[in-house]
Amino acid sequence: MDFDGARGSREVVELRLQIENLESRLATLKTQLAVAEKKDILTKSQDDFVAKPSIKPGTEDSHGALDFTNLKRGTLTEASHSRWPLQNEEYTRYGRQMILPEVGLPGQLRLKDARVLIVGVGGLGCPAAAYLAGAGVGTLGLVDGDTVEISNLHRQIAHSTATVGMSKVDSAIKYLSSLNPLVRYERHPEHLAPSSAIDIFSRYDLVLDCTDRPSSRYLISDAAVLTGKPLVSASALKTEGQLVILNNPPRSPRDPAGGPCYRCVFPKPPPAESVLSCGEGGILGPVVGVMGVLQALEAIEILVAGPIVSDASNGTVEAEPARPTLLMFSANSQPQFRSVRLRSRRKDCAACSSAATISRRSLTSGLLDYQTFCGTVAPVDMLPAESRISAAEFSNLPSDSRGVLIDTRDETQYGICALPGSINVPWTGDAKSWAAKASSLEDVARAHGPAHVVCRLGNDSQLAVKAFQEHTERFEAKDIRGGLRAWREQADPEWPDY
Amino acid sequence: MAESTSIPLTIEFTGGLELLFSNQRKHKVDLPSSKQSPNVADLITYLCDNLMKDPRKDMFVLDGTVRPGILVLINDADWELEGQETYQLQPRDEIVFVSTLHGG
Repeated sequence: MDFDGARGSREVVELRLQIENLESRLATLKTQLAVAEKKDILTKSQDDFVAKPSIKPGTEDSHGALDFTNLKRGTLTEASHSRWPLQNEEYTRYGRQMILPEVGLPGQLRLKDARVLIVGVGGLGCPAAAYLAGAGVGTLGLVDGDTVEISNLHRQIAHSTATVGMSKVDSAIKYLSSLNPLVRYERHPEHLAPSSAIDIFSRYDLVLDCTDRPSSRYLISDAAVLTGKPLVSASALKTEGQLVILNNPPRSPRDPAGGPCYRCVFPKPPPAESVLSCGEGGILGPVVGVMGVLQALEAIEILVAGPIVSDASNGTVEAEPARPTLLMFSANSQPQFRSVRLRSRRKDCAACSSAATISRRSLTSGLLDYQTFCGTVAPVDMLPAESRISAAEFSNLPSDSRGVLIDTRDETQYGICALPGSINVPWTGDAKSWAAKASSLEDVARAHGPAHVVCRLGNDSQLAVKAFQEHTERFEAKDIRGGLRAWREQADPEWPDY
Repeated sequence: MAESTSIPLTIEFTGGLELLFSNQRKHKVDLPSSKQSPNVADLITYLCDNLMKDPRKDMFVLDGTVRPGILVLINDADWELEGQETYQLQPRDEIVFVSTLHGG
């Protein structure tokens, strides 16, 4: 516990709630006692009316501090209370979902019994955690090694301006505790590592992948297969999202009746340079929010349905073979949602087939390097020193030595903020055509002195300088090292930091 | 003998792949078919040579097939359920190329 504030306020909320509950309970008891004394009702006859819950309530794991059933056991008042498998407040709190035939009392008890792990407490994890906490999932575990940044807040709804700088796990628990103090929250304020994933996953019933990169998606899938947990996986970027339920049913590796894992669908990771993060590509808050809410929905459906019974004697739905689907959401398409059929388990899957090479031991011993498997993009560093200039140096150049300044960001970013006198020639990825386009512009062709090239972070600008050098007559081209981020740090602290 | 004809198809690119195809998601393509019925491999070659203006071919095709991280859907089903590259295209088939997303 490194954050006493969150714990403190959570305790205050919990204590207030307990007192409130006890007082209202006391009032009820007094009324009941008065009625009982008047009518002189026998204890025994009252017990005859006790409703037998169809499912044994699993209150052991739930919030002990608020469990009134442990008070005054064996007394008359206790007998009248314990006939209900949920606490009084829970009927009120969850009533609106409990009256759905899809949930009912058995479904609510299954939720209360359930332990759900959310890996990643960002744009997906925040809404997912909020709805699962609200629904009364008994235990929620949160994994994230990051701290809250102000650029998270447009989409990561469990964090707030006041918790910027705090661990995301603690920030979320602060929010979730005030939403529903009856849930037990378990902290894992670190990035999920192969060495600890099996141990952590083993303690939960179901896992949500709310992370943001391929390496963690493979790790989470492998750990889910090895520990036999269904996995609800989602992702989002720009205006699109994808949702898939993996390893469901979570049959043992080698059993083809189990649901496919991430490796069955994507045996090879994408080239690292094709992967865009939300920081690079952008993300619309409600888009990732929709996907996180859908993850919560899928988790609730799986939990409420309960374990799959192969012999359905009481009319419940027979266990069906896995019918894996991918749900695609696109804010700008018509229709916005589209569901497509996926393949089943792959016969030669490295994780979930009889030919599997991935084992608990290979994971915990650190034999599997997920970063290497997925690759990394090294920062571009391709130019000799004489083709580069620092932002500070550039800002000190007399204006007649600056030559022409070319900004290679896309039109949208250029529209947010641009250096005076700069010319926008967005980098296209193709050196030859870009150089041809840039050098054909009148302002570029006419300019005297060197061409300076700038971009957001200083990668594309190097490629552009190289393109100039290789495909045009203009060899005098320099890259502003570190791009506009460096410009902000070295020359203009008021430059927008988007 | 097979005549020189063409197969009308709907092609869609999502998950960012549309950026490689003139930033347009949906394309109507008349796939020339000199042989009886071209398959998905023929389609991919055709798209690379005719529809893709972006020079970064390896963002779409790698080692002779679509690069890892792209799902190919044939009429709303993973192409692995339909025979992958060997699936023989039918008139009005809908082929979707989806780049997987990773953000969250």
